[in-house]
Parts: sequence; structure tokens; C-alpha cells
Amino acid sequence: MANISNTTESASSNLMARALREAFYAGLVALGLFVLFVGLKTDQNILNELILVQRWGLLAIFVAIAAVGRFLSVAFIRPYLEERKAAKAAAPAQEAGFVARNFSMIAVIVLLLYPPVMVYFFGFQGSLKWVDNFGIQILIYVMLAWGLNIVVGLAGLLDLGYVAFYAVGAYSYALLSSYFGLSFWLLLPMAGIFAALWGIVLGFPVLRLKGDYLAIVTLAFGEIIRLVLINWTAVTKGTFGISGIAKASVFGIWSFDVSAANNFAKSFGLPMSSAYYKIFLFYLILALCLITALVTIRLRRMPIGRAWEALREDEIACRSLGINTVTTKLTAFATGAMFGGFAGSFFAVRQGFVSPESFVFLESAIILAIVVLGGMGSLIGIAVAATVMIGGTEMLREMEFLKHIFGPDFTPELYRMLIFGLAMIVVMVWKPRGFVGSREPTAFLRERKSVSGSFTKEGHG
Amino acid sequence: MAGTNTMTKDPILKVEHLSMRFGGLMAINDLSFEAYRGDITALIGPNGAGKTTVFNCITGFYKPTMGMITMRQKAGKEFLLERMSDFEVNRDAKVARTFQNIRLFSGLTVLENLLVAQHNKLMLASGYTILGLLGFPAYKKAAAQSIEQAKYWLEKANLIDRADDPAGDLPYGAQRRLEIARAMCTGPEFLCLDEPAAGLNPRESLALNELLRSIRKDTGTSILLIEHDMSVVMEISDHVVVLEYGQKISDGNPDHVKNDPKVIAAYLGVEDDEVEEVIEEIEHVTPGGPL
Repeated sequence: MANISNTTESASSNLMARALREAFYAGLVALGLFVLFVGLKTDQNILNELILVQRWGLLAIFVAIAAVGRFLSVAFIRPYLEERKAAKAAAPAQEAGFVARNFSMIAVIVLLLYPPVMVYFFGFQGSLKWVDNFGIQILIYVMLAWGLNIVVGLAGLLDLGYVAFYAVGAYSYALLSSYFGLSFWLLLPMAGIFAALWGIVLGFPVLRLKGDYLAIVTLAFGEIIRLVLINWTAVTKGTFGISGIAKASVFGIWSFDVSAANNFAKSFGLPMSSAYYKIFLFYLILALCLITALVTIRLRRMPIGRAWEALREDEIACRSLGINTVTTKLTAFATGAMFGGFAGSFFAVRQGFVSPESFVFLESAIILAIVVLGGMGSLIGIAVAATVMIGGTEMLREMEFLKHIFGPDFTPELYRMLIFGLAMIVVMVWKPRGFVGSREPTAFLRERKSVSGSFTKEGHG
Repeated sequence: MAGTNTMTKDPILKVEHLSMRFGGLMAINDLSFEAYRGDITALIGPNGAGKTTVFNCITGFYKPTMGMITMRQKAGKEFLLERMSDFEVNRDAKVARTFQNIRLFSGLTVLENLLVAQHNKLMLASGYTILGLLGFPAYKKAAAQSIEQAKYWLEKANLIDRADDPAGDLPYGAQRRLEIARAMCTGPEFLCLDEPAAGLNPRESLALNELLRSIRKDTGTSILLIEHDMSVVMEISDHVVVLEYGQKISDGNPDHVKNDPKVIAAYLGVEDDEVEEVIEEIEHVTPGGPL
């Protein structure tokens, strides 16, 4: 007994000694690294002379952070992680908790209750920010990422120009509603169909390409659409964009135009506020998202969905089984594009203004990053990734307290891309297959086991 | 002897004057042979003889430089395989194949692999996805049937216990069997197997022989296989075609081929001039030649 406690004691003192030693080395390395970068700074004084500013205090902070961080990591964090790993290995068959089992159900309920709760807490005017900037903004990206997921996650076709279909959808609504006065409910499906047609038009010549080559061509396609929108000024008004796009109505029954007789607020005798429209838009995009999810889930269980996934795994094997890979790829492209088109027409109706500025390559990259971070093929993972990424960047605007630390000139949203990039690196190191790396099988004989991400392929078609 | 045995049979696949040229390399040179309905035909030959090239020409993955490949279905319908693209060869002509380096959908479960193989049938049943998406009962019935079909082949291939595991997780021998089961799920009349016994241990080879025999017996599917493992070839095949340098050097039943001096020379690596000597010798002894 005494013997055992003795060994654990000596082990812990060993650990402490090692931690201290490593902390010392880390401090030393940090000192060596930063002494010239941080400790000394060349500056010009008032006489335009070059002087050497010494910043030993700042250097000490850097070194202390490195040393203390190393100490904590070696002495506490690592043993804790190892312990947890061992505990996990010891008890592997753990029943998933209630929340984990019903995650999507709970998420839908939370989203349905989200606007009323926000109105309750912040009032109509105060809820605008939460419903519009957070809710609608995130849901648009969820929908786009779910649409792209069909192309990239399921069929394994790397598409870098997805924003083109988003643009087609947005401009279809903007142009047809302002030139012909057609209603949103007619143009929503039409925008999807137009985008799908463009998907086929693009897909037909290029789907014989694979992997990187396909990515480059889709990238070019995205740029072509944007350049056409900029330069075809007679129709699209070029970089000025199209403004004053008609608002959507509640199925034509209630309108959100202030002057209209059937105005929503007037009909119900409510005080005038723009919040009603935003809340309506929130439920609209939520419904569109749920339709996208439902269709995707059902499609995966259809022969076409299985063929998409098979295509991602091995195209040649697909052909040997009598699957026409060209039409299979085209349907994946068209279906993905269609959801992009829906999202685009929603975007136009929400902004009331579209310009080519909204459809730059960066948007494609962000949507693709969300799909990859979420875990290709996983709807829940992608929704979580969209919430973290888009919600996180919106959150930066709220971080007023950072101004107290970094000075009044500090604008946190300028660091958006830096943080976005860092977050991507961290997630990819920590979970190389994205948040949800495993794949749900579409059919099972005895029990539904999820397929580990190490078996699935990313696709090179 | 071999000729009389097979003459009366009905050829399912006729390869006539097949040539395939890759740049300056003549991979197959004027090859003609027939595979008979209900037979297990083996295509053998030393490494680089052009066996896999023949396979790729038959299954539409290569377009031959010259020649004609005719597939005659049980119902009498004829297909010129060299004019069809790879997926049509499976979908319309009912010729299925496996690959030398196994090509499974490793991230899909074993069951899903077999369901993908029934794509065209299910596509039709689901009204090209639209009726299925709307939840029509016809698709549900077809889906249940396809699972039954998959189950049948899983039992045959002795994989039923692993049905819900990812295909990439199976041991090598099981992956080979799964690939054959998957090819059979497309409902072929002619099955082409590219080295099905490669990398199998003797016990697995025996199980493979059983599987191939039962495929032929229960479904009447004719089989063409490339194989290096002579215990498989001699054991199960009814008819052997031997290739060397893209040309046929022997054709007949296993016993005939086993004793053919040209085959022995090809496999044991006799010098070219010696082969001629040997052939001359034989022709001298038995006028008319061995073939």
C-alpha cells in the first residue's frame, strides 16, 4: 500500500520536474525567438534619427506565456487528455444521450421558437439584429452549404464556382420581378429551375474532367457569370446592381409593402415595424432549409443518391455496374445548383438589392469551407459549421469589449478572415474529416452502424 | 477431342480477329476465340500476355483497334460489344465484370454495395427518382425486393454477417467475394472475373471455386475468368484459352492445354528458337498439329 502511494507520489513529482524543465526550455526558446522581434524595436525619434526602443516588459510577457503555457500543458492538460482517452477506450459502448439522439428534432424546435424568444427579450426593434443578422444570415449559408453538399459531399465533384448558381437565382428573381412584376412565389421555383438548367449547361461539357481540372473549370464558370453580370449593363445595370426589388408576400394574402392595402401590420392592427417582415423571412428560409434537408435525406435513399455516393467512391466500378456516370453527375450538379438558385432568389428578396459584389469567389470558398469543416455529406455537421463560421464572424461585430483591450481604433470584424482561417486550420488538425466524420448508411439489414470516415473517399471525379 | 466437345455448344461470346494497339505496342494481335453458354472459360497466359486488355475490350473499357466481339443473349438478341460504351455493356448486353485490383465502394456498407449494383432496375422502379421521392409504393416494393436479392447473394458469398459493415473493413478474401456478388447483383448472363483468386489462401480459393460453381449451376451464368492460380483454372474451367504476346497459342479443355508443348514452353520460358524446334518436333510426330 505504502509502496503504491510512494510510486504515484514519485511519478507526480517526476511529472512536475519534467513540466518545469520543459517550461524552462520553452521560455528559453521564446526568449531567443522574440528578443529581436519584440524586445527591441527600431523607431524614428522627433529628429528623424533611428533609435532603438527597448521593450523588456513585453518580451517578459511573451516568454512568460510560453513558459506557463508549456508548464500547464505538460503538467495538467496532457495527463488529463490521456486519462480521458483511456477512460473512453475502457467504456466504448456508451448509449448516446437524449440530446445526441434527438439532435435534429431539438434543433428544429429551437429554430421555430427562436424569433418569438428574441422578440420577447429584445422587443420588435431589438430582435431585428438577432433574427436578421444571425438567424437569416446563418440559415442562408446552411442552405447553400447543404446544396453544395450534394455536389461535393455526396457526388465527390469539387465545385469552386457554386456561387454562380446563387447569382443566377438572385438575378432571376431580381430581373423577372422588376421587369415583369412576377411574384416571389412564382419566381422561387423558376429561379431554382434556371439555376439547375445552368448547372446542366455547365456540367455537360466539363463533367468529363476530374478533380483539380473540374475545380478550375467551375471556378472559371463562377467568374464568367459574375463578369457577365458586371458587363451586361443594359439588363443587369452592371456594378450599380438592381435595387428596389419587390418584397415577398405571405402567399399573396398579406403584403409587407407599407402602402399596400393588405399590409400585414394594418390587417392585424399592429404597430408598424420592419420586424414582421424579417420574422416572416426567417420562417421562409427555415422552411427552405428544411425542404433542402428533407429532399437530401430522401435522395440519399433513392438509387440516384446511392449512385452519387458510389461515384464518389469509385467511378470506374460504377461504370462496370451499368451506371451512366455522365447523367448521374449531371443530376448531382443540377440538384445542387437548384438549391443554390432557391437560396439566391431568397437572398434577393431579403436584401431588396443585388449586385455582382455579392457573388465573388470568396463566397464560393466560404460555402465550400463550411461543407468541408462540417464533414462532407453530413447535414448536421454542416449546419453546425455554418453556425460557428457565419455566427462567429457576425459575433465579432458584437465584441465591443475588445476595444478596451486593443484601443478604440480596433475593429474586430476586420480580423474576420484571419480568425476564419485559423479556425479552419484548428478544426482540420483536430478533426480531419470535419465535425461529423462518419457516414450514415442508407440501408441496413440488422443494425444501423455509422461508417467511419477513414473508409469513405473524398472523390476525385 | 476438345473441339468435338465444344463444337455442339452454343457460343455466348464470340471474339473475332480482335486487335488492340497502344501506340507502337500490339497488345492483342488478331485474337479469335469463343466462350460457350453455361461454361466456365479460363483465359490464361504469362504476365503481360494481354489478358486484361482482352477483358477491357470485352467490357467496353477499351475500344479495340480492330475486330468484332459478339455477345449473344439467351433470348437470341445479339450485341456488338466493341461498339458499346462500358456502362452499356453491363446495362444492355448483361456482361458484368470484376477488377484485378478490387474496386469496391469502400465507404459504403456491404449491403449498399449490392444495392448500387441494382441501380438501373431501381431507377426504373422509382420513376427516375421522381415517383420514389414522392413516396409511391411501387418503389418501396422494388427496394424491398432489391434488399432480398442482395441478401441472397450475401448468403451465397458467405458475407451475411458483415452486411452492415463498410466494405473497406472486410478482409481481402471477403472483398473478392463481395465484388463477385456485386457483379452478380446486376443480373448478368456473362460474368468476367479478372484474377478472382489473386491473393487468396488455399482455403479461400476452395471457397471461391464453390461460389463460381454454384453461380453457374443456380443462375446459368457463363463465366470468363483470367487466372494465374492453376488449382482454380484446372479445377473448375471447362475450356481454357492461352494467350502469349497477344496471340492465342492454345485453346481447348484443361487436359489438352496442360499438355500442349507451346503452353509449357510459354510458361517455363523456353528460348524462341527452341519453341520452334519443339513445335517442329511435335508436328513431325503428329501431322496436323496439336490444335
